[in-house]
Amino acid sequence: MDITNYVVLAAALFAIGATTVLLRRNAIVVFMGVELMLNATNLAFVTFARLHGDLTGQVLAFFVMVVAAAEVVVGLAIIVTIFRTRRSASVDDVNLLKG
Amino acid sequence: MFPWLTALIAWPLVGAAVVGLGSLGRSRTGSASAGVGLARPLALLFSLVEVVLLVGAFAAFDTGAAAEHQLAATYPWIPQIGASYAVGVDGVGLLLVALAVVLVPLVLLAAWQEQGRDEVRLRRFVGLVLLLEAFMVAVFCARDVFLFYVLFEAMLIPAYFLIGGFGQGAGRRQAAVKFLMFSLGGGLIMLAAVIALYFLAVGAGVDPSRAFLVDELVGVDLGATAERLMFVGFFIAFAIKAPMVPVHSWLPDVAGNASPGTSTLLICVLDKVGTFGMLTLCLPLFPEASRWAAPFVIALAVISVLYGAIMAIMQTDLLRLVGWTSVSHFGFIILGIFTFTPLGTAGSSFMMLNHGLATGALFLVAGFLVSRHPEKSQRITDYRGLRSVTPVLAGTFLVAGLATLSLPGLATFVSEIMVLIGAFGGAPAGSAAWTVAAIPGVVLAAVYVLLTYQKIFTGAPAEGLEDLPDLKARERFVAAPLVAGLLVLGLVPGLALTYVDAPAEQSAALTAVDEPADAAAQMGSDK
Amino acid sequence: MNDVIGLAPWLIGFPLIGAAILLLGGKATDRWGHWLGVLASAASGVVGFILMFRMIGTPAEERSIDHHLWTWLSAGGLDVDLGIRLDPLSLTFVMLVTFVGTLIHVYSVAYMDHDPHRRRFFAYLNLFVAAMLTLVLADSYLLLFVGWEGVGLASYLLIGFWDTGRPSARENAVAAKKAFVMNRIGDMGLIAAMALMFSAVGSVRFADVLPAVAGDGTGPASALISTGTATAIGLCLLLAACGKSAQFPLQAWLGDAMAGPTPVSALIHAATMVTAGVYLMVRSGPILEAAPTAQLVVVIVGAVTLLFGAVVGTAKDDIKKALAASTMSQIGYMMLAAGLGPAGYAFAIFHLLTHGFFKAGLFLGAGSVMHAMSDQTDMRRFGGLSRFLPITWITMGLGWLAILGIPPFSGFWSKDGIIEAAFIPVEGQPWRAWVFGTVAVLGAAITAFYMTRLFFMTFGGRRPRWTEGQHPHEGSPLMWWPLVFLGVGSAALGAVLGIGGTFTTWLEPVVGQAEHHEPVLPVPVIITVTLVVVVLGALLAFRMYAVQLVPEEAPRGSVLTRAARRDLYQDAANETLVVLPAHGVARLVQVGDRDVVDRGWGVLPQAVSWFGAVFRKAQSGYVRSYAAGMAGGVLVIAAVAWLVVGLGGAQ
Repeated sequence: MDITNYVVLAAALFAIGATTVLLRRNAIVVFMGVELMLNATNLAFVTFARLHGDLTGQVLAFFVMVVAAAEVVVGLAIIVTIFRTRRSASVDDVNLLKG
Repeated sequence: MFPWLTALIAWPLVGAAVVGLGSLGRSRTGSASAGVGLARPLALLFSLVEVVLLVGAFAAFDTGAAAEHQLAATYPWIPQIGASYAVGVDGVGLLLVALAVVLVPLVLLAAWQEQGRDEVRLRRFVGLVLLLEAFMVAVFCARDVFLFYVLFEAMLIPAYFLIGGFGQGAGRRQAAVKFLMFSLGGGLIMLAAVIALYFLAVGAGVDPSRAFLVDELVGVDLGATAERLMFVGFFIAFAIKAPMVPVHSWLPDVAGNASPGTSTLLICVLDKVGTFGMLTLCLPLFPEASRWAAPFVIALAVISVLYGAIMAIMQTDLLRLVGWTSVSHFGFIILGIFTFTPLGTAGSSFMMLNHGLATGALFLVAGFLVSRHPEKSQRITDYRGLRSVTPVLAGTFLVAGLATLSLPGLATFVSEIMVLIGAFGGAPAGSAAWTVAAIPGVVLAAVYVLLTYQKIFTGAPAEGLEDLPDLKARERFVAAPLVAGLLVLGLVPGLALTYVDAPAEQSAALTAVDEPADAAAQMGSDK
Repeated sequence: MNDVIGLAPWLIGFPLIGAAILLLGGKATDRWGHWLGVLASAASGVVGFILMFRMIGTPAEERSIDHHLWTWLSAGGLDVDLGIRLDPLSLTFVMLVTFVGTLIHVYSVAYMDHDPHRRRFFAYLNLFVAAMLTLVLADSYLLLFVGWEGVGLASYLLIGFWDTGRPSARENAVAAKKAFVMNRIGDMGLIAAMALMFSAVGSVRFADVLPAVAGDGTGPASALISTGTATAIGLCLLLAACGKSAQFPLQAWLGDAMAGPTPVSALIHAATMVTAGVYLMVRSGPILEAAPTAQLVVVIVGAVTLLFGAVVGTAKDDIKKALAASTMSQIGYMMLAAGLGPAGYAFAIFHLLTHGFFKAGLFLGAGSVMHAMSDQTDMRRFGGLSRFLPITWITMGLGWLAILGIPPFSGFWSKDGIIEAAFIPVEGQPWRAWVFGTVAVLGAAITAFYMTRLFFMTFGGRRPRWTEGQHPHEGSPLMWWPLVFLGVGSAALGAVLGIGGTFTTWLEPVVGQAEHHEPVLPVPVIITVTLVVVVLGALLAFRMYAVQLVPEEAPRGSVLTRAARRDLYQDAANETLVVLPAHGVARLVQVGDRDVVDRGWGVLPQAVSWFGAVFRKAQSGYVRSYAAGMAGGVLVIAAVAWLVVGLGGAQ
């Protein structure tokens, strides 16, 4: 098995996800970028687990999926709430994090 | 034996919990909690029972051995770092505990109508006062450096909220933050010294599980340089608390913005932790460093005496003025402690008690006066000619003022003269000269007290103030014990001196120099 | 003696209890409070009489008794008892204070009749008597200091008695404060003296301190106080005495203190309290004798004040202020005598006693005049009152003759003794006898001038210069009986005690026996010269103020007159030399505290908030900028890691 293909694929997926997060304004699309990054790491985890013959990576991938699912729930809820109050899903309209 | 000190510490905590619990809800009507309107009477009851406990502690205390720490109890607390719950008081500690315990009910009574009718707010207020009482009592009892440090910092919490949340000045929030910042700054420096003390003590062979106990640490040789550095760490924290020039800046702001009751607790009791710490931690733990620093400390103390008095004379705000007088008085206390004579030290210990009574009376009576003004003005020039309008208030103010200027016959005189006469013959270089330089402080005291009295109470009554009511029964009940205490202790000071004399002898012996000539030579070479 | 010694505490106890009842009793005691005050003072006087008669019956060498009551203060090596020292000196004062005090209490019942706060007045008077008796009966300097400041407090309260509800209320209050503060300046000296004593002897009791300097070998303590220390202590005590007795340079408060009710001026600011400084000097005699320099300073202070007061007295038109200046001058005599050593002590106290009588009489007489003239104090508005106030006229006349020192009136016996003592030569300093003797004689002449002026401006003159609507008449018997008693005292006391040296012998157990020295001039010459200049001074005043008409408005006067009217510019001098510089320092401290100390601490939080402002810019709140930051950070870390690993791998 050639490890390189898997790692390159994971890296590519991660880069696409990161670019999406950085460049897109729509919160939902940003969210999809985040998911893409998570799944890229999952792919890397599983790859290395297989490579080392050890289940830890696979277990971690499951953890990531669970956390991602929870995150989707909370994140989407926030996005929906913001959309309701602001009539916009653009992340640049929201700077509530400003200290 | 009944654990009097632990009871004295725990009881106000229970009180704070019982009274304060209702304050956690956000209800503005008070309907959420049972017993509407009970907050003040309940808190007063708790504080009065505390006085009964105090009487018990006094009865159990053996005055024949006032220099020893009695009613002691020691339990391991965090053995991994050597911290223990260790309490015990010598005569000085007991008197300061008494000061705290006696002043709290008076402050509650004085503030009876101060914080409005909102039940939740009231519960918070009295709860904080009781919490502060518990911490103050505990800090005077603590015989473990770590416990002392924790309480030293913990006291800031209720104090901060009392100043910022329940003050009457416009700048109360800033004052609270300023107070907190100064205290935390000092506390941080002290923390470094506390940690260093632990490691050095363990290094010097003290049992690591008991290495914070003061009794274990006394007499341990920690090395001259380390001892001096740690002395400085402790001393800065205590000087800020005391407060001593030039780290006094927080005090006038607090005095001018906090409610008079809070100022009383803060300046008359809580600040005594500073001088108490110098006396019971700095001197016994670092005797050599204390001697080394004494000439410098004495100089600063005398500067505080004069500086505070001059600033008091220049004040236009009544409550700030009272705050400044304390800077002056704390200077006297520190002068007595750091000249290492039995007489001066005993005088300083006694003065810690007397200052609490006299300045407490002055703060509270000034508060009564301000509360009568239609606009609650604290400006001295807004008042005039009130002696004919409110004679009892004027008389009480005058007595409190005379106590502040140390008039013979009142307790403050005894302590001040003891400090001055004692300090004059002190061992540190320059004691006599600095003591003489402090004597004009008594003239300045006369000026700031009598000038204030003249402005507020003499002449023709100011417009709009012709019908002010005189002191009410409740307010007389507040002032009477303080005035009576000052008079009784002035005529029979032996009542209190039995408690401070032996500790003073012991403290002076600790710092005594075996060979005066050697010490002088050493002092000279250190420069 | 021992059977009555138990009564001694009641000397102080009666008036103290009286004051307490009157102060705490409130309005309930308004109706009879003044009589309680009189009773308390009188009871104390009776006890004093009993003690004195028993004292006379005791042998001279047993006449000093220290009566211990309870240990007042015992800590850190300082032991001070609440103890009473009974000896001829303290008993003399007890008699003066209680006798004159009681008379003045009685007088005040009538004088303060219309004052709504008469009860409070009597409370303060009783407080004063108690404090004054504490002062003179104390057996240690510390307890003396209690009385010392106690009388200061009473004086403060009584000067400022009318501090509300009158047009002059604020001025009265300022005068009261001035008196207290200037007294406190003196008190610094007493505190410093006690500190010196404690560090030298380890005690502040008379019984320990005084033998320690006596150098007579009594006890091992005899060498404990060196001459240098004794000089320092002596000068500190003198400072205290100057404050209390209004001696130069702390004299400025006494004139203003006349703002108080006239009985107060008579009792406190003439007869008793202001003489406490002389008491202190005489009591501390052994210390002064061990310190010739301090002694010389005492004499100089006395001489300067003597002339100062006399000169001021010549120009004052306010009857009370003229008497106040006279008091200052007379205490100058006593102070001068106190600095002359054992030869002067007895005469200092003797003059103090006779002065207590005649000056109290003069003040009460002035009060009687004021009472009759609607509280007018300007002597230019009096004149021709002898017909309307015969009793006041006669009693004040006796006081006038007494203060002039005309034989056989009281003042002659005491003042002449002082003048003679001033002429006694001091070894090695021949100039002293001549200088101080001349000053004393000159003072007598000026005294004669201003007292005659005062007397004739008030009672003499062909034409009354009254303001409209005056109907002068004598007050109630309560007012004139005390005048009569004091007048008799002014006339006879000196002769009774002076002839045959009765008083000097009485005081001998305390002040020691003076070796006899001959003055530089023969005694009859001194007496004659003094009498001649006194008569000349009196005649001059008589010509100016009785024969010639007194203008109702004060003429401009010479430079000296104008200066004397303004108390020789004492207030201006104090203002320029002390108050202004002190105020400057205070301003400096105030500005320094605000702009240096407070602002200095403010720098720390400012620095923190400056850093915060810089880094806050990164916190835009936009999610994508945070994400970019994260991504950039990861890249930077990765680059660093790669570089490090890469370099490491290269090796």
